[in-house]
Amino acid sequence: MSVVDSLYVYGRFLTVSVRAQMQYRASFLMQLGGRLIVTAGEFAAILILFDRFGSLLEWNVYQVAFIYGIVNVSFAVADALTTGFDLFGDMVKTGDFDRLLLRPRSTALQLAGQELTLRRISRLTPGIVALIWASTGLDLHWTIPNAALLVASVIGGASLFASLIVFQATLAFWTTETLEMMNTVTYGGVETTQYPINIYRPWFRNFFTFGIPLATVSYFPALAIMGIPDPLGTPIWFQYVAPAIGVGVLVISLQVWRIGVRHYLSTGS
Amino acid sequence: MPQIIVENLVKHFRVSQRDTGIFGALRGLAHRRYETVKALDGVTFEIGSGELLGYVGPNGAGKSTTVKVMSGILVPDSGRCEILGLVPWKDRSRHVRHLGVVFGQRTQLWWDLPVIESFDLLRDIYRVPRHEYVKNLDEFVAVMGIESCLDTPVRQLSLGQRMRCDLAGALLHSPKLLFLDEPTIGMDAVSKVAFRQFIKRFNRERETTVILTTHDMNDIEAICDRLMIINSGKLLYDGGLDALRQQMSFERSLVVEMTDAGSPKVHPAAQLAMMNGRRVHIRFDPKRISAAALISDFTAHNDVDDLFVEDPPIEEIIARFYEGNGVG
Amino acid sequence: MALVSYWAVISARFRSLLQYRSAALAGLVTQIVWGIIRVMIFQAFYSSTTTGQPMSGRDVETYIWLGQAFLAALPWNIDTDLRSLIRSGGIGYELVRPVDLHTYWMSRALAWRTAPMLMRSIPLLVFAFIVMGMAPPATVAAGAAFMISMCAAIVLSSAITTFLNVTMLWTITGDGITQLTFGLVLIFSGMLVPLPLFPDWSQPLINAMPFRGLVDTPYRLYLGHIPASDLPQHLAHQLFWILAFVVAGRIALSRALRRVVVQGG
Repeated sequence: MSVVDSLYVYGRFLTVSVRAQMQYRASFLMQLGGRLIVTAGEFAAILILFDRFGSLLEWNVYQVAFIYGIVNVSFAVADALTTGFDLFGDMVKTGDFDRLLLRPRSTALQLAGQELTLRRISRLTPGIVALIWASTGLDLHWTIPNAALLVASVIGGASLFASLIVFQATLAFWTTETLEMMNTVTYGGVETTQYPINIYRPWFRNFFTFGIPLATVSYFPALAIMGIPDPLGTPIWFQYVAPAIGVGVLVISLQVWRIGVRHYLSTGS
Repeated sequence: MPQIIVENLVKHFRVSQRDTGIFGALRGLAHRRYETVKALDGVTFEIGSGELLGYVGPNGAGKSTTVKVMSGILVPDSGRCEILGLVPWKDRSRHVRHLGVVFGQRTQLWWDLPVIESFDLLRDIYRVPRHEYVKNLDEFVAVMGIESCLDTPVRQLSLGQRMRCDLAGALLHSPKLLFLDEPTIGMDAVSKVAFRQFIKRFNRERETTVILTTHDMNDIEAICDRLMIINSGKLLYDGGLDALRQQMSFERSLVVEMTDAGSPKVHPAAQLAMMNGRRVHIRFDPKRISAAALISDFTAHNDVDDLFVEDPPIEEIIARFYEGNGVG
Repeated sequence: MALVSYWAVISARFRSLLQYRSAALAGLVTQIVWGIIRVMIFQAFYSSTTTGQPMSGRDVETYIWLGQAFLAALPWNIDTDLRSLIRSGGIGYELVRPVDLHTYWMSRALAWRTAPMLMRSIPLLVFAFIVMGMAPPATVAAGAAFMISMCAAIVLSSAITTFLNVTMLWTITGDGITQLTFGLVLIFSGMLVPLPLFPDWSQPLINAMPFRGLVDTPYRLYLGHIPASDLPQHLAHQLFWILAFVVAGRIALSRALRRVVVQGG
């Protein structure tokens, strides 16, 4: 009941946010168009490179497009839903965060609902186009386990990206320094993991597999769906459970967030 | 049993000292220096259900710290705070359900959307039953005259209209407690008067306890039964407004319209403060000479067309109270 | 006058950039990481092929590091001071200045582009040379040609920025058109993929567009991929587009001002 109610309020928050953005329709459409060109350009870059080089190590263009699709859809979802956390540092400075504390709802829920930034969804389009295009080229078998794994992978990826953004926001409870360094991990993570992780040097690959497991939640399930044995030799069962790691990290990050809120309540900074 | 019990609240803040320059910043990375500021230094009071209380003090006196503790968004170092049987910061979610807060500086309504959409969302956030919501909304619309605002985006409202809508928004869930922080700041005179009346009315009819922090002493004079003055984290005064007036043996003025211009004869216990043509201001201390005695003395020695006795404005009383208590 | 305002803006920009040292450091780290990622991706592509490519892998690496070093010189945003001026209606005061408005705005844009670029490029180039083994200019002549062409690139970027600033007089926020332009710049300047690696059939089209003058032209002069002796014709291409954007900007500005005057600001 309480979960259903929370989800309902969350949905209401998002509806209100979308309506507010629709007040500036022309500006919104232009921004959406502009972003579409940027993200489409990034995908076009992959096609251009394959046109020139034919393959990327053992990968063909469809396989890379498939991984690109999963990562970009995940990130688009996370990015759009966590705008509130991006704004959080400013909200602490202006005191607007107090307002959220004065309402009988969890602060994480209210922040997540603060804004659903529609233009950030623009990344979704090339992501979905890449997924569809790749699956026609790859002759994939859409069995129920495979379809479920794709959904799980997107959820796992979105959760992991979201948890990075939540972690970054949580730091704002302790420091007023700009935390742009964290963006390097998030955006660098997108850039990195849209290509198969085995093309990178080992230290770098390990960072995004074990350190910040962005590759883990998208790359390994993608292998299982495409039916390709991992060049790095992970077992198939691992590829199926990998997305759960993303959800796990999100749960941890929300716990850390609560510690941050408690710290805020005692310092009132 | 009182609705709010506050006992011996103490709160310190650590303020980090920033060193200037590149080397200072580097030093700051290794070792931060802090200064401790005492925001609350043993504050104690009780507030009963349905009271309308003014809470004043200079900036940084501890006003907003007290209100934050009572709102559950700040944990004190020590002391007790119980509101409706709950400890605010331990049970934040349940506590704030009975709480309405209006900040004069910041709206809680969604800037780009028609007011009614904000109200609907607040209804869902606070889980207000539908019939209660409709009843409240109808009442507020009728009393505060905000019918025409409902379909207007908040950014297009005048300040007076916006504050009325903000007040309505804070009352939609029928809170038992209402905190108002500088609600009339920046309003024009007519809006201020109207706004005070709404507060007074909701306080009376719904028995909502109201705590009003403000710098505008006219707000306090117009609606508050009780006044608390805080400075440097300590309560300096807690009581009625009239009692404060009497406690401060302030000077009053006798203003006289003379028949002819010229120096009047004034009783030695009083003093001539100002002369402006035929109009004369005489200052006196009621403890040394009563108004009646002064008037009969003055009319006996001078030709007078008209006269009246003037009280100093409430602002002056508070200012003197601050002065007398070493508030800088 | 334009020169005075150029120095005023550039020193103000420097001071405000210096204030945000941690942000500057973060930006530097971001760009280095970005460069490393992109270098690794291209290395993987190059190790997958044995056929000859229009550009060597090593050249692509240097091309990437130049791109990271001079990223801030791209026309990727609009003058936020001007934006708030337009939003607040203070633009009226700009009109009474005894200077040619387009020249003034353009010199502002030039300063706006140079200050952050100088701050970023030097430490980044030092890092790329020492740690990443970035190559020096192919020859002394190539280095000189690069410098000349890079100056033209910055002027071109400022002309485009000024044009974007002028469009704010119509759209108020200017966000949409800036995003749109930035998308085109990213793809067709060579920032995402060096232009020689684009399909052969697309080369004439890409060469005609203005955007290669921002990135591809100076970088390839640096690499000697375009011989220094070919500088004049490539410089002419850059100058042509600078002129085109200046003329377009001036026309758009005078139209917009007529409108502003008619509407009373």
